Amino acid sequence: MDLRLPIGGLFSVFGVILVACGLISDKSIFDKSLGINIDLWWGLVILIFGMLMGGFGLLGTKSTPSEKENL
Amino acid sequence: MHMQVHMGAIDYAFLFIYLIFVIGIGAALKKRMKTTTDFFLSGRSIPAWICGLAFLSANLGAQEVIGMGASGAKYGIMTAHFYWIGAIPAMVFVGIFMMPFYYGSKARSVPEYLKLRFDEKTRAFNAFSFAIMTLFSSGISLFAMSKLLQLLLGWNQVESMVIAAGIVLAYILLGGLTSAIYNEVLQFFLIVFGFAPLVFLGLKDAGGWAGLQQRLQEASIQRGFAPGALTHSWLGLAGTSNPMGVDWFSLAMGLGFVLSFGYWCTDFLVVQRAMAADSMTSARRTPIIAAVPKMLFPFIVILPGMIAMGLTAHATSNGFALPKLPDGTYDYNNASPLMLAHYFPTGLLGVGMTALLASFMSGMAGNITAFNTVFTVDIYQAYIRPGKADHEYLTVGKVATIAGILLSVATAYLAANFNNIMDLLQLVFAFVNAPLFATFLLGMFWKRTTGHGAFWGLLTGTVAAAVHQGLTRPIGETNPIKGGWITDMMHQLPIHQYPSEMAQNFWTAIFAWTICFAATILISLATKRIKSDEDLNGLVYSLTPKAVDTETTWYKKPVVLGVVVLIAAAVLNFLFR
Repeated sequence: MDLRLPIGGLFSVFGVILVACGLISDKSIFDKSLGINIDLWWGLVILIFGMLMGGFGLLGTKSTPSEKENL
Repeated sequence: MHMQVHMGAIDYAFLFIYLIFVIGIGAALKKRMKTTTDFFLSGRSIPAWICGLAFLSANLGAQEVIGMGASGAKYGIMTAHFYWIGAIPAMVFVGIFMMPFYYGSKARSVPEYLKLRFDEKTRAFNAFSFAIMTLFSSGISLFAMSKLLQLLLGWNQVESMVIAAGIVLAYILLGGLTSAIYNEVLQFFLIVFGFAPLVFLGLKDAGGWAGLQQRLQEASIQRGFAPGALTHSWLGLAGTSNPMGVDWFSLAMGLGFVLSFGYWCTDFLVVQRAMAADSMTSARRTPIIAAVPKMLFPFIVILPGMIAMGLTAHATSNGFALPKLPDGTYDYNNASPLMLAHYFPTGLLGVGMTALLASFMSGMAGNITAFNTVFTVDIYQAYIRPGKADHEYLTVGKVATIAGILLSVATAYLAANFNNIMDLLQLVFAFVNAPLFATFLLGMFWKRTTGHGAFWGLLTGTVAAAVHQGLTRPIGETNPIKGGWITDMMHQLPIHQYPSEMAQNFWTAIFAWTICFAATILISLATKRIKSDEDLNGLVYSLTPKAVDTETTWYKKPVVLGVVVLIAAAVLNFLFR
């Protein structure tokens, strides 16, 4: 198993939920975070990280077929 | 200010998704766990970057994350010395100079290396003290977690302990060391992504770095230090008029040399991560790769505490301030979790709390995986039933995992009820650990060191640590566990009073190391060398063929990488001088 896959998966899911949170939440909850919609922005950062990790993981798994099991 | 924070359904969703991934990783690795090599050493097949992040992460339990925040609030940027002159040089050293012997000797554990290099008694001493020590630290971390969750979320302490222990148990039983390592890497990224926004929001509230500096100047003056005391790491170190109450020599020698090298170079908990690497070069690069994020971690774990202190000294409209304890001092200990609860809205709060929980669990898993290996390899296989089939040891390893978890929970109960017992045990372990680096240094670089020299030197050093601590005391301290217990018994004043507990700890380490070093040399010279040059091939520097680097790209060469890391650490020291 390529570790980049579960890392990519986890952070993609986290990113999506966080972005959704930022889009649908009542804006008053962001008084805590100095009026910044931190859920939306940080969610995007996490999502991009997750997709990059997952993407490289998929590429890595494809280019080294199972002869040498890529960790 | 209210302490408790409400977690919404969304926040719990993050936690549950994380737990599904954790168990999933364990389950996916299950079919690979066929031999003890798979279970205890990950089959020596992990790439360097994963080992490196796990090497860093195994030490990055929540106690470290929260403790560094607490120290950041209390001592300011000086806390970064634990990284910039403490951990980093030691990590480079273990990678370049010591890993060839650990990895090359094919030892499965640090105690086993001691057996190969010296003799059974030295190994037994290290194996037993280490096994007990890891169990207690695992229990203490479990207890700390349940206490924090009760404080922040109002969770039931027993329930949260049992659930966390159960999850750790499940993923180690399923996937062994590999599972622990993979989860440590996951936890590393969670900590980064969970704490970075805290630094961003906190700094923004404090008015950026410049605003924070100004606030911390006020805090420094309020506490009777020079204005820059909390924002300059080398200010006031000529004497002891700095927040830590230590001078540059005890800092460099005690923390930078003895304690840091002792921990990073000899503690099996971290060394085990490098031993799982897929090649010698990977093993050597493991701690050096770990050093890169390690030197940036002060900005993620220490800065929140400093921001908390700055905002407390000069409030903003957002209104964060550290609460005061009944005795009038600030509650430094929970600075980071309190900041998290204050700034994170629903959503990000779930990510932050998941990061904290993840670091508690992987801290515990680190201890448990080190324990089950040392118990099986260095206690069961060495003394109880040697020479049995591999599958028996695999079973024992799994049973040791279960037993280790149960004992951790029992320890957590002890910690809850007898606070002093825990302090005492941690103290005893500090005595055992302080001289250990002298033994390894001599063992690896001086072929004349004998088994008797190592064992009795180690014992002498340990006793020296205890005696030094018993004869001295930090100013204003009355608890005998904090020092002066020998002079108390003789109804005399301590021989020396240190300006702070930290200064006393550093000097205890310096004494223990120096005396162990000298005693080991003297006893070695007085005793006969039993191991021949041939026996010591691969275990001692002068008798081991020099490792030839087959890597051609510069960033894959351990030595080049190590030098780059050291220069970067020096630059950081200079920037925050």
